[in-house]
Amino acid sequence: MSLATAENLEDVKARNKALIQEVLTAYPDKFAKRRAKHLGAFEEGKPDCGVKSNIKSIPGVMTIRGCAYAGSKGVVWGPIKDMVHISHGPVGCGQYSWAARRNYYIGTTGVDTFVTMQFTSDFQEKDIVFGGDKKLSKIMDEIQVLFPLNKGITVQSECPIGLIGDDIEAVSKAKSKEYGGKTIVPVRCEGFRGVSQSLGHHIANDAVRDWVFDKQEGKPARFEQTPYDVAIIGDYNIGGDAWSSRILLEEMGLRVIAQWSGDGSLAELEATPKAKLNVLHCYRSMNYISRHMEEKYGIPWVEYNFFGPTKIVDSLRKIASHFDDRIKEGAERVIEKYKPLMDAVVAKYRPRLAGKKVMLFVGGLRPRHVIGAYEDLGMEVVGTGYEFGHNDDYQRTTHYVKDGTLIYDDVTGYEFEKFVEKVQPDLVGSGIKEKYVFQKMGVPFRQMHSWDYSGPYHGYDGFAIFARDMDMAINSPVWKLAKAPW
Amino acid sequence: MSLRQIAFYGKGGIGKSTTSQNTLAALAELGHRILIVGCDPKADSTRLILHAKAQDTILSLAAEQGSVEDLELEDVMKVGFRDIRCVESGGPEPGVGCAGRGVITSINFLEENGAYEDIDYVSYDVLGDVVCGGFAMPIRENKAQEIYIVMSGEMMAMYAANNISKGILKYANSGGVRLGGLICNERQTDKELELAEAMAKKLGTHLIYFVPRDNIVQHAELRRMTVIEYAPESKQAEHYRSLARKIDANGGKGIIPTPITMDELEDMLMEHGIMKAVDETLVGKSAAELAAELAAERAAA
Repeated sequence: MSLATAENLEDVKARNKALIQEVLTAYPDKFAKRRAKHLGAFEEGKPDCGVKSNIKSIPGVMTIRGCAYAGSKGVVWGPIKDMVHISHGPVGCGQYSWAARRNYYIGTTGVDTFVTMQFTSDFQEKDIVFGGDKKLSKIMDEIQVLFPLNKGITVQSECPIGLIGDDIEAVSKAKSKEYGGKTIVPVRCEGFRGVSQSLGHHIANDAVRDWVFDKQEGKPARFEQTPYDVAIIGDYNIGGDAWSSRILLEEMGLRVIAQWSGDGSLAELEATPKAKLNVLHCYRSMNYISRHMEEKYGIPWVEYNFFGPTKIVDSLRKIASHFDDRIKEGAERVIEKYKPLMDAVVAKYRPRLAGKKVMLFVGGLRPRHVIGAYEDLGMEVVGTGYEFGHNDDYQRTTHYVKDGTLIYDDVTGYEFEKFVEKVQPDLVGSGIKEKYVFQKMGVPFRQMHSWDYSGPYHGYDGFAIFARDMDMAINSPVWKLAKAPW
Repeated sequence: MSLRQIAFYGKGGIGKSTTSQNTLAALAELGHRILIVGCDPKADSTRLILHAKAQDTILSLAAEQGSVEDLELEDVMKVGFRDIRCVESGGPEPGVGCAGRGVITSINFLEENGAYEDIDYVSYDVLGDVVCGGFAMPIRENKAQEIYIVMSGEMMAMYAANNISKGILKYANSGGVRLGGLICNERQTDKELELAEAMAKKLGTHLIYFVPRDNIVQHAELRRMTVIEYAPESKQAEHYRSLARKIDANGGKGIIPTPITMDELEDMLMEHGIMKAVDETLVGKSAAELAAELAAERAAA
């Protein structure tokens, strides 16, 4: 179905240029000028993708972004499983972020782990007028009584907290003292701060630094350290991603002392400054704390990509390069071990998927990271963009995309629909809000935030599932039954 | 007569509550039915009428019972001198919560529960400055139509009057609020009357009344009474009655104010010889720096 297949590079570039001009005509002049800076096509050899990013969305468009609260509560803190995270403010933010992002975890929910539960201070008018500090103290007391096995508490600020100036730091400190030094973390992630969830990641990272790390300052490690200790940072364990990654690191001889924000615990956060290397999957959401640990504790960090065998091989070697020959040999052993499995997956699915074109629009790292996995299956990513990326993300993207790839930053609902309509890809990968729009257009779709309730997609095991899922979406017989009226 | 909604604004400590309660007591003497809505978290806008600080404010009762929806009008409405009805919005202790939101909540409650029925005058007494949207509530649509700004000949009082006029201007076109006039509460500063009149002229309004300073106000205040009640025969009581008659006759005569810039305000003070023209080269220099410069000049000479 792809019209683009037969086109040469020059035609694609011309088409993309015309397409951008066409969508811009829908906007008033002032906003067309602003949106024009966020749309473009990658040109081979350039240091970035030629688009502006991390700028406020235009009022009136349908943006796919979230808020600072979403970045802290939903991404960084929410998946820390043995802490209770209070959504502090009116009930809506907590209600709509309930049950997390399919960050799988091991534990007995409601007893020693709490990720899929929802705690809120449920602000009423009187709490706005008289302040919510007393209520917050009371909630912490109730949490202590009802969930005695919790290891700590965080306060995730919703918008009104910043407006009325509630002193959540004072409450947190007082309660921490009362409970014998319990870790209680106030997070100033009010939704109106910043332009997207991205600032929420940063604020949450800073809260880890100030309220978890600094508290451990000077204390010895509570475990026996080895030269092979690594921490997995920025793997949210969607559908078990971190587990299928962790086993590879362990098989090559490393010891994973911490998983962050995906089956992670407070003790693991506390242990991380004792690691020998931080391995970072989602750069966007966790680069801040990784840099901090590098500067303060001298722990190097390395970005890796566990989507698809090509990138996995590169990443295993890259991680191993920070260690001795034992680990380097381990990496080769792992690569060798899984090669037959990968060959079988590719042999099975590549004939069914080769030449298919994909358009993506996702969050932190996936707009670039998954490209290799598609290419392993012979597919081609013809357009991609970030919800809340910064320029350093677009720089990193240049290592993944091909010349002429359509790039759209903070894409609007209208632009995305138009682009897909004209480019006619064989698959769109984005979120739940986009899914049904494109399926109704007759375009196969996979959710690339939640893995469409499937997963894991990371690691060798994940790739087998990824390949099956993409095949299932694209080659489903249902698309032959649907006849478009035009 | 139709309901007249008025409000008293002015710099903190200028005597808003005292002036408003004395004036409203005099209006009650004239036979008007009056409701006072205190919009200051300190809840002292009705103290002189009730002979006590109101304990049951709208917001404190609402917090006790869960929400304002659980309150009845009778719970919060108190009746004082000459059947003046009093409600206090109340609010949080200083430094916590959002007092502005409290004012909004309270006024909505009063309107929804028919507090304004069978009343000739509703008077809002609002704290110092229009610091946020909540404290502007009484001057928004369908609330106070006339604002009376209590001020004096002190520079900061006039500065506040000018700021309040900016607030009125903002809502004048959408809600129809007008500036009723200035009330000068004498502080015995230089050329006070002259300055107050000049200020009124600049703002496009007039000085409704110049209330002379009299210690009897203090005596009455200590007894938690208005002068009208404490010493009805006194000269000061007569002044408040005159002010009340002026306000009573001022219905519908409010104007849209023409606030001025800080520079214009300073120019005005200089015109009246209150402030000397400042040498711009001296601005921002400490006494020590100036002395050093002078010494250097002398040494050079």
